Amino acid sequence: MSFWTRHQVFEKNSILLVIGILLVIAIGGLVEITPLFYLKSTIEKVEGLRPYTPLELAGRAIYVREGCYTCHSQMVRPLRDEIERYGHYSLAAESMYDHPFQWGSKRTGPDLARVGGKYSDEWHQAHMKDPRAVVPQSIMPGYPFMSATDLDLATIEAHMRANRAVGVPYSEGQIAAATADLKAQANPDDAGVTDFVKRYPKAIVRDFDGDPKRITEMDAVIAYLQVLGTLVDFKLYDDKANLR
Amino acid sequence: MAMANATKSMTLGEGGLAIVFAGLAFASIVGAAKALDTPFAFHAYLSAAASLAAVFAILNRYTARPAALPPAEIAGRPNYNMGPIKFATVMALVWGIAGFTVGLLIALQLAYPALNFDLPWTTFGRLRPLHTSAVIFAFGGNVLVASSFYVVQKTCRARLAGDLAPWFVVLGYNFFILVAGTGYLLGVTQSKEYAEPEWYADLWLTVVWVTYLLVFLVTIIKRKEPHIFVANWFYLAFIVTIAVLHLGNNPALPVSVFGSKSYIAWAGVQDAMFQWWYGHNAVGFFLTAGFLGIMYYFVPKRAERPIYSYRLSIVHFWTLIFLYIWAGPHHLHYTALPDWAQTLGMTFSVMLWMPSWGGMINGLMTLSGAWDKLRTDPVLRMMVVSIAFYGMATFEGPLMSVKVVNSLSHYTDWTIGHVHSGALGWVGFVSFGAVYCLVPWLWNRERLYSQKLVNWHFWTATIGIVLYVSAMWVSGILQGLMWRAYTALGFLEYSFIETVEAMHPFYVIRATGGALFLAGALIMAWNVWMTIRGAEATEPAPQAALQPAE
Repeated sequence: MSFWTRHQVFEKNSILLVIGILLVIAIGGLVEITPLFYLKSTIEKVEGLRPYTPLELAGRAIYVREGCYTCHSQMVRPLRDEIERYGHYSLAAESMYDHPFQWGSKRTGPDLARVGGKYSDEWHQAHMKDPRAVVPQSIMPGYPFMSATDLDLATIEAHMRANRAVGVPYSEGQIAAATADLKAQANPDDAGVTDFVKRYPKAIVRDFDGDPKRITEMDAVIAYLQVLGTLVDFKLYDDKANLR
Repeated sequence: MAMANATKSMTLGEGGLAIVFAGLAFASIVGAAKALDTPFAFHAYLSAAASLAAVFAILNRYTARPAALPPAEIAGRPNYNMGPIKFATVMALVWGIAGFTVGLLIALQLAYPALNFDLPWTTFGRLRPLHTSAVIFAFGGNVLVASSFYVVQKTCRARLAGDLAPWFVVLGYNFFILVAGTGYLLGVTQSKEYAEPEWYADLWLTVVWVTYLLVFLVTIIKRKEPHIFVANWFYLAFIVTIAVLHLGNNPALPVSVFGSKSYIAWAGVQDAMFQWWYGHNAVGFFLTAGFLGIMYYFVPKRAERPIYSYRLSIVHFWTLIFLYIWAGPHHLHYTALPDWAQTLGMTFSVMLWMPSWGGMINGLMTLSGAWDKLRTDPVLRMMVVSIAFYGMATFEGPLMSVKVVNSLSHYTDWTIGHVHSGALGWVGFVSFGAVYCLVPWLWNRERLYSQKLVNWHFWTATIGIVLYVSAMWVSGILQGLMWRAYTALGFLEYSFIETVEAMHPFYVIRATGGALFLAGALIMAWNVWMTIRGAEATEPAPQAALQPAE
């Protein structure tokens, strides 16, 4: 019986055909995805990484909501020009708390993986409200409504709980203090700042949107942008340590 | 009617589905009342309204129908179920035009940013997923559902399985699109490309998709032909694999069952791999395997020639679905994904060239002995050109998956150009061809309203694609080279914004190409509308003056 006659078993039996399809398509995915969960070399061991603060997490949700990933990547490749333009190439560890990842696939605008600390809060405020006021050739949309919209504080605790359930190591104390921590990060005069910084070492405490009276979406987005790529200290990072 | 009423009773499907929808309506109203955010409340109200409409439609259909359900055969001939197919065909055109229009708008936004209007609902970031979903899932998806339901019935000589189920599939699928699309405008997104809809839309799609698989599979099981026709293998692989991909990529935990936001179970590098395993195979199985099903039925049918090689289609089928699944990591070259995975992705992407061209050859060579028809039949010409675009895009793809090429092309417009030569040229044209075939068949018309308008559509759209793709090649390669350009002193030559500025003329050309493609689709919509209305343009019969080449 030739191969071609044998193949008739699939042509005449729909259930066998479905089983055949399932087996054939399963192989590639299993080989490529499964090892990423157990090979220790997949995610580097680094110092300094911590989950997002409540304010940064809220800012990240806005970044996702507005589809910033459609034009901005967060993934510096290990190529000479990219390292000179953006900074140290991105590590897998740096997005290990990102649900989902924001590596992006298009750079209509520049990469944002290490944008934290590159520009002042005031620059970001002006740029978000009207990008062409700061960069005349820019083709980015303006987001003036962000500084006019109060941040939704009611659900931040639930957001952190959901993140913990999918694997982000928030402590019970961090979740319980979510609302207080969020307010403290956006107001340097807040009584809770000391406790907040204890819970999130080296976190930046500032009135990000320049409007001390309220906490807006602009506060959250800028807080998120200012932390991007700043958590790992590359003066201490040993890129040979993970080789095996 | 009185006589019929005596024995008429509600089927389990009708009664059960009416109860399920009544329950869903109630749950949706509760959801709307307790909603944590406005978009969720809006979607809950939409769901309540749709559920009530479904209950009404089911009951209304029940009271209007005769006691017996439509028979599977009438006088020994299959009694095909064409209603849901007609609906999906019309919706394909409606969504297609909507999706192309949004595409044109966002293309113009990149050339003229003032068109973002700086309102939350109109910025590029929210409209881009609307464009991609509308063209891939709404336009392409409806073409696939319509053509698969048509092909499976005809090639199995069996009526579509189920009574309400096929309607549930087409209506439920289009409702999913409505929820997804309005969600993007309101900022409801998972930010996973081509899988942006949030958890509740994903759950609904799962139910619809499983029903789709069952309808398709049970129709095959009921077939009167001993063999399952090759087009159905491809449709089956498309339906089964999309189900697997959807489930693998989307597991998420909602912040609250009364809120729209959720967090994906996967994080960082693993999420990236899952995403592009899904993302590339949305291309491989939704935009390729499904449309190859169309090619394997409509091209032989239209050319009135058998498929070139049956053995080639067997090899084509198994190698294509085996190799495609591996190709995802080529979207993640030089990222933090481990090198071994990148290398696997590149290797299999290069190998994928072979089955792709095998399929192209099988499609093109089907025209052996019928090439002269390209002169007289613009519909066939459209499908043949689509196969040529398929060949071009599946050569370009492996090329771009080579790491050194990718280091230049990735993150630039070259990717956008590549996608559109596949999407406009292959998926678009083969879909147009299939719809041009389907409409006269479904509405029992002798022919299309006008062949001449098909010709106009063909040329307008072709010029549009050429403008689009070549503009993106130039802008992509130009920007890639500018990013890595160094001065003689060893400094980066261009700031990022200078490379953005250089894109402007190409963005204008691209938008022009997109406008032409949209214009072609509008011509088509007019032609299809007039065909359905039963009109026929007075135009001279195709000239037979030219002699076929000997």
